[in-house]
Amino acid sequence: MLELKNVTKIFNPNTVNEKLALDRLSLTLEDGDFVTVIGGNGAGKSTMLNAIAGTYPIDGGKIFINGREISKLPEHKRAKFIGRVFQDPMTGTAADMWIEENMSLAMNRGKRRGLGWAITDADRQLYKELLQRLDLGLEDRLSTKVGLLSGGQRQAITLLMASMNNPELLLLDEHTAALDPKTAAKVLSITREIIEESKLTTLMITHNMQDAINNGNRLIMMNAGTIILDVRGEEKKKLTVEKLLETFHKISGSSFANDRALLS
Amino acid sequence: MDLLNALPGAVAQGFIWGIMAIGVYITYKILDLADLTVDGSMVTGMAVCAMLMVNGWNVWPAMLIALLAGMLCGLLTGIFHTFMGIPAILSGILTQLILWSVNLKIMGKANQALPARSYDVLIRQLDKYHALVILALFCVVIIALLYWFFGTKFGAAVRATGCNEKMARAQGINTSFNKVFGLALSNGIVALAGALLAQYSGKADINDGRGAIVIGLAAVIIGDALISRLPQNFVVRLTGVILGGVIYYIVYQTVIFIGLDTDLLKMLSALVVAIFLAIPHFKKTYFSKRTRKEDADHA
Ligand SMILES: Nc1ncnc2c1ncn2[C@@H]1O[C@H](COP(=O)(O)OP(=O)(O)O)[C@@H](O)[C@H]1O
Ligand SMILES: [Mg+2]
Repeated sequence: MLELKNVTKIFNPNTVNEKLALDRLSLTLEDGDFVTVIGGNGAGKSTMLNAIAGTYPIDGGKIFINGREISKLPEHKRAKFIGRVFQDPMTGTAADMWIEENMSLAMNRGKRRGLGWAITDADRQLYKELLQRLDLGLEDRLSTKVGLLSGGQRQAITLLMASMNNPELLLLDEHTAALDPKTAAKVLSITREIIEESKLTTLMITHNMQDAINNGNRLIMMNAGTIILDVRGEEKKKLTVEKLLETFHKISGSSFANDRALLS
Repeated sequence: MDLLNALPGAVAQGFIWGIMAIGVYITYKILDLADLTVDGSMVTGMAVCAMLMVNGWNVWPAMLIALLAGMLCGLLTGIFHTFMGIPAILSGILTQLILWSVNLKIMGKANQALPARSYDVLIRQLDKYHALVILALFCVVIIALLYWFFGTKFGAAVRATGCNEKMARAQGINTSFNKVFGLALSNGIVALAGALLAQYSGKADINDGRGAIVIGLAAVIIGDALISRLPQNFVVRLTGVILGGVIYYIVYQTVIFIGLDTDLLKMLSALVVAIFLAIPHFKKTYFSKRTRKEDADHA
């Protein structure tokens, strides 16, 4: 399904700020895999997702989705296959546009945007039904500017938008990190429902180890631009936060004093 | 000539600058780009329309070509900005300078007369009420077309590009293309306003576009203030911009009428626009100071 082959990303090459953010990273996802991604600050998690989405070009390696090489495509063309939710709730939606306008932008992801009306009554009906499932009372506020909503509401809408038209890959980058614990839990449970219902192949970065263990069928841990741990199936179910911390310490060899807070 | 007699003429000119300001609105408000191309593309519209009509063209195709020429100006700025990665402000300045030469070449000199008695123009200063009706119709048609366009899938994608570029790209929108398109659309409208101004004033002059961006911004700002208490939709906003142009021009005529030194007009316009552009900044600093003080009071 998704295949990363020796992907390398270097920021600010040939300067004092040179940073090897992805170091010949290889990863293969099967259809329907729900992979949680953990790792210390600066491990390269976001860089991996951005490299897949095409936010910036990579400096080595190749990326495939369902056998098609996408590593040379511009970001907006890759969006046809990829749905994304970002950490900052402001990033995923257009604040000055209405809820229904935002949803219609997502509805047309990967399609030709011609001179037909952006939103028809049939579209509105569909958006209402989708919003109803969030159970946040947004279905009656189709013509509310998204900028007036709370961070949690915006993330929930972004999630709906990202999963519209069943993308081949869903990329979630700490999308609950900016929310208060109660809202974060709610958004996470919506996430789980959407992924399970549409069987979306998903990469979800999280800073919360327990969430990483409880969700998905596979867990990877990153450090210094590579994957240092890859656990799936039954083995993953047996993981505990303590075991993960121990493993991290053993494999990365780094002190956990700072990272512990970031990971757990 | 007293002020009341001058009013219809001021309103007619205000409509023309209002149409130009709609072009500015598209870049400044919708695309969130400050585009200085307009000082040049306004004159390109005037020059193209005047030269074609002097050479025997009918007014309608002459205006259409003027509009297309304006779109080319925007296209150039768009290519500087997206393909060549030059900041938008600088891209506009570069095109503006290029257009100074191009406009001189189009006219072959610094100005071209287009006397209304010799040519079959659409609007003329001598017939102000007729001009008012025609210009009002132009405003209505332009607003209606833009309302339709920005309600389409393509138009919505252009709005998203200006509103949140990162989100737009994540939703598969080609933001570079949309910026180039928006700049072309904007400058096409500006050049159309230029073509109308050349007919109304009976001439095209290389200096006529100087400060057009400031007049456009002034109209947009006045328009915003006018409609701030009305229910907001696109038609209301664009109508506000047109009225902003009209009010700007009435004030302008009044200032001339009271006998103020006309050499100072551009400076005054710029200062007024500067103050209005600063208001959001002042509001923010004032507001945040107040909340900080309130916090202290509670503590
Ligand atoms: N746009 C950028 N420019 C320069 N350096 C960057 C950029 N993005 C990330 N980095 C660096 O690359 C490394 C990996 O960052 P990132 O992928 O954001 O880590 P995380 O695992 O916390 O998401 C960090 O050292 C970071 O400072
Ligand atoms: Mg990150």
